[in-house]
Formats: sequence, C-alpha cells, structure tokens
Amino acid sequence: MSALTTNPATAATAATGRLRPRTRLRSAAGLLGVPGLLAVGFLVLVAVVAVAAPLLAPADPNFPAPLEAYASPSGAHLMGTDALGRDLLSRLMYGARVAILASVAIIALSTVVGTAVALVSAWVGGVVDAFVSRVLDILFAVPGIIFALAAVSVMGPGPTGVVLGLTLGYTPYVARVVRGATLREVRMDYVDAAWLQGRSGVAICLRHLLPNLRPLIIAQAVSSLGFALIDLSALSFLGLGVQPPAADWGLTMRAGLDSALRGHVGEAVSAGLCLGLLVASVIVLGDRLSKQAEERA
Amino acid sequence: MTLLLFLLRRAATLVVVTLVSSFLVFSLMELAPGSPLSFLLGNRSATPEQVALVTEQYHLDDPFLVRYGAWLGDVLHGDLGRSIAYKQSVTDLLSTRVTTTLLLVGYAGIIITIVGVGLGVLAGSRPGRLDAALTALTTGFLAVPAFVSGVVLIWVFAVQLGWFPAFGGGHGLLDRLRHLTLPAVALSLASSAYLARITRAAVQTQQQAEHVETARSRGLQGGYVMRHHVVRNSLIPITTVLGLTIATLIAGAVVVESVFALDGIGSLLVQAILRSDFVVVQAVILVLVVAFVLVNTLVDIVYTMVDPRISLTAGTGR
Repeated sequence: MSALTTNPATAATAATGRLRPRTRLRSAAGLLGVPGLLAVGFLVLVAVVAVAAPLLAPADPNFPAPLEAYASPSGAHLMGTDALGRDLLSRLMYGARVAILASVAIIALSTVVGTAVALVSAWVGGVVDAFVSRVLDILFAVPGIIFALAAVSVMGPGPTGVVLGLTLGYTPYVARVVRGATLREVRMDYVDAAWLQGRSGVAICLRHLLPNLRPLIIAQAVSSLGFALIDLSALSFLGLGVQPPAADWGLTMRAGLDSALRGHVGEAVSAGLCLGLLVASVIVLGDRLSKQAEERA
Repeated sequence: MTLLLFLLRRAATLVVVTLVSSFLVFSLMELAPGSPLSFLLGNRSATPEQVALVTEQYHLDDPFLVRYGAWLGDVLHGDLGRSIAYKQSVTDLLSTRVTTTLLLVGYAGIIITIVGVGLGVLAGSRPGRLDAALTALTTGFLAVPAFVSGVVLIWVFAVQLGWFPAFGGGHGLLDRLRHLTLPAVALSLASSAYLARITRAAVQTQQQAEHVETARSRGLQGGYVMRHHVVRNSLIPITTVLGLTIATLIAGAVVVESVFALDGIGSLLVQAILRSDFVVVQAVILVLVVAFVLVNTLVDIVYTMVDPRISLTAGTGR
C-alpha cells in the first residue's frame, strides 16, 4: 500500500483511473533502473535485427568465398569472414533469428503447459495434487538438457527434438513456481467470495487467479528464457540441434573453436558476445520482474 | 528411531523413482519411429548374427513388459548390453569413462565452493562499490555458457599462453588434473556465480538478523561474528544450492567434455547419439538419471542433518 503514496505514477492511476502513455513509459523506466533499461535496449536491438535480418545483413550469410577465408574486418566485411569466407556479421544477424524463435517457442510452450498443470493441480488438490507434485519433484531433479538429449536420440539431431525436449525439461520449473503461488492465492478472500457467488472453478482460475499470477508467471518465463538460450545453443554446438550450413550462434561457436586453434578468434569472440549479452540482458530483466512480482505479492 | 524411519522412507522413494525412470528410459525405444530392431541397430545393415544377437539381448520377440523385465534384470546384474558402434560391452565402455567425469565434476565442485562462497561473503559483507562490482561480475559469468567460456579458455591459456593442454585427458593423477583444470574452470564459472549470488543474499539477510545485532552489541569482534553467526547461519541455503548444483554440473559435463575432447560419459553420450548407438544412449541416460536422483536424495538427507530445526517426519515433529 505504501507504494501507492510513494510512486507518483501509481498515484496518478489512483487519482485519474487512467495513465497517460508518457507517464506510463516514465514509470516503467523508473522501475527498470539503468541496468534494466540497457537490457531492454539490447533485447529490442536483437529483436529488430532478427526480424529485419534480410534487410539489414550486408551479405548473403551462406555465400562462400574460399579465397577470402578469415578476412580481417574491412569495408566489405565489417566483422571479417569465417573459414569458408562467409560474412560473419550477416551470419550473426541471421543467427539471432534461430536463437530468439526457438527459445521463445520453448518458454511459451512450457509456460502454457506448466501453468495449466499447476492451476489444475492446486485447485483440485488432494490426491491429484500430491501425485502431480511428486512427479514434478522427480522431473525437477533432471536438468532440462538431458530431456533434450533423450528427445534427440529418438527423433534424430535437429531443432524439433531439441525444442520438444527442452519444453519438457522447463515445464516442471514453471509448474513448481506457479503451483506454490496458486496454493497461497487460493486461500485469499476474493477466491472464497467468487466461489460463494457461484462462479465455476474454471472461471475463478482463468478470470481471478491467472490475472493475479501473471506478473510472477511472466517473471519466471523471462528468467528461464536465458537458460533456454544457453541449452539451445549448447545443443547446436554439440551438433545435435540446428544443422550446418544454417547460421546459428552455437554452430558459429563450434566453428570458432576450430578457428581459434588455427589462431583466428574472431568468430568465437563475436558469437560468444552475442550469446552472453543476450542471456545477460534476459537475466537482468528477469531479476527486475521477479523483484516486482515479489513486492506485489 | 525417527532418523531410521526417515532414512528408510527416503530409500524406498529412491527405489521407486529409479524404477519409474528406468521404465521411462526403456520406453524411449518404443517412441522412436520404425521397428525397435532397426532403431537399436541404428539403421545399419547388420549380419544375421548381429540381428539374432540384438533380438536375443533385447528379447524383441516378447511383449513390451516382458522385454522391460528382462532388460531390467540384465541391468541389475550389471549387464547394460553391447554397443553396436564401439563393438564393446557398455559396462566396460562406461567404467573407463566414469572416472574422468567424476574427477571433472569433483574438481569443479571444489572450485565452486571456494569461489562461490568466498565471493558471496565478500559481496554480502561489504555493501557499496565492491558489492556492485561483484554483482555485475557474477551476472556476467552467469550469462556465459560453459562452451563459450571453454573456447575462450582454450584460446587464452592453451593457444596463446600454452600453460595448459587444450584437449585430452592425460595419464597419471597429476597430469590428469592438469588436463582437467581448464574444463573444470569452464564448468564452474556459471555455478560459482550463482552460488555467490545466493551466498550474498543469505549473508545480507543474516546481517540484519537480531542474533547478529546482539552479538555485535555485546562487543564481539567483526570477524568472529562473521564466522560464527553470519556464515554459519547462511550455510542452509548454501548447502541446498550446492547440492542442486552437482546435478547441473553432471549435465554441464556433457557439453564441457565435448569442448575439451575428454573421454567422459558425457562426451560418450553425445558421440553415441551422433552415431545412433542407442544401446549406449539408453545406458548413459539411465546412469545420469540415477545419479541425479541419488544426489537429490543425499542432499535432502544432508540438508536435514545440517539444520536440526527441520523435522524428519513432516507434520508431527513440530
């Protein structure tokens, strides 16, 4: 409640009921802080590059020029070229597409499934909840990447198996957190009130519980996104995910290892930086969102 | 008595969980497209003798549950089947490689404990610039995947400086440890950063606790309060995270062993998947899952013993 009086933006909401766009933007900036703003800035940059890669990329990412292998940065190749003479900057730009698309798919799928399982389990309670939480405990003990390795061993190397495996691996994390929060939430008076009004369980879960859990679910999803990115590119690095000649940061890193041994470290450093900065941005943003979700609760 | 009961219950859960996961790992084969026979052979053309051997080994002519029972019986007798790509018994394949993985995970675990707790206590006890710098550093390390730090470490310490070998496992204990140093550092960076964050948060919470305030007002030395009041009470979250970290390290070893071309069970798993050697894949995944479950149970038990306030039989002890 004290937040209402201290935060001018929230006070404005309380007074007028609505928030002017500029005020809302400023209050969001205040909540994020400098590291959070930098993180959001980098995320927006990567997203724009990923979407507009065909427009922005200076060259065809798959155009080989063996005579220009390991060219130093120049006007023609701003970040130089790789072992096959392909333009590194263009490959990194196209690599952002795979990274974002696949990691968002994993987190979106696992968030939807995990939230549904958690809501049903916590709402129904009893034997169902006991069973679900036992299963979650067991799945939780096994790191997500192992599920992906199992999936790939059955479905063959490729992004489909990796995405399905990691989705299965990340679902218990979501379900565990959401289940815990739901169990706290269902004891609240507003749930009893809605129940006494004759609302159905489904309606209460979707209309009342879900909106209240939303900040937590989003924070959890953003935090997991970073780990999904790491696992995803690790599997491509191992040769089990995205296959060459596709432009992918994990694959660039693998090629970068061979190049580094021959004395060319450009690929490894640039792909590593892309990956590290993107994961760091997501972690910083996730931290901020989690802190806010906690303060709200 | 309660302790014995607690341990027995934990052991029972362990057995059930292991059985269930063995069943799931075995069922993986059924999920694969194509017949189990061609899947096990990895779509290789096989001699009739090999076909007969695999059919017999996996009891492919029997119904699914009978097959599972026979397989489980073999596994319990230490027979994990025969690798088709390596033409060797899987148990032999594993036994030569388990040591490398255990050494790697142990080495990384020691680094994580020292660096993670050290940095965490430092950051938690000195608010201000040092804390901010360390927090930025740990966020950075947390964001760097092990294969990226591995490649960078190879470039700096093996290619440029030549202090450590880039690849391979080495022979003899000292040489092995020298070969494992870069992999262990690569494996431990992110987890050290995570442990440092947890430790920092725990130390900060403890410093505001009343018992620490009391200790200070009684005039006890700062260092004494830190060691005997703050750090000791921060141990509970630290042990929990450290235990969970071991599971992450085993999974991380899969990646790190492949970066540094170490002959551990993680790189064996990756090779087996790439060579469609499903007998090996199944065995390694089973071993890994059993390891995770075992580690989790051990952490639970240690956790209960570290903190005498946790009741062994939930509900009644309080």
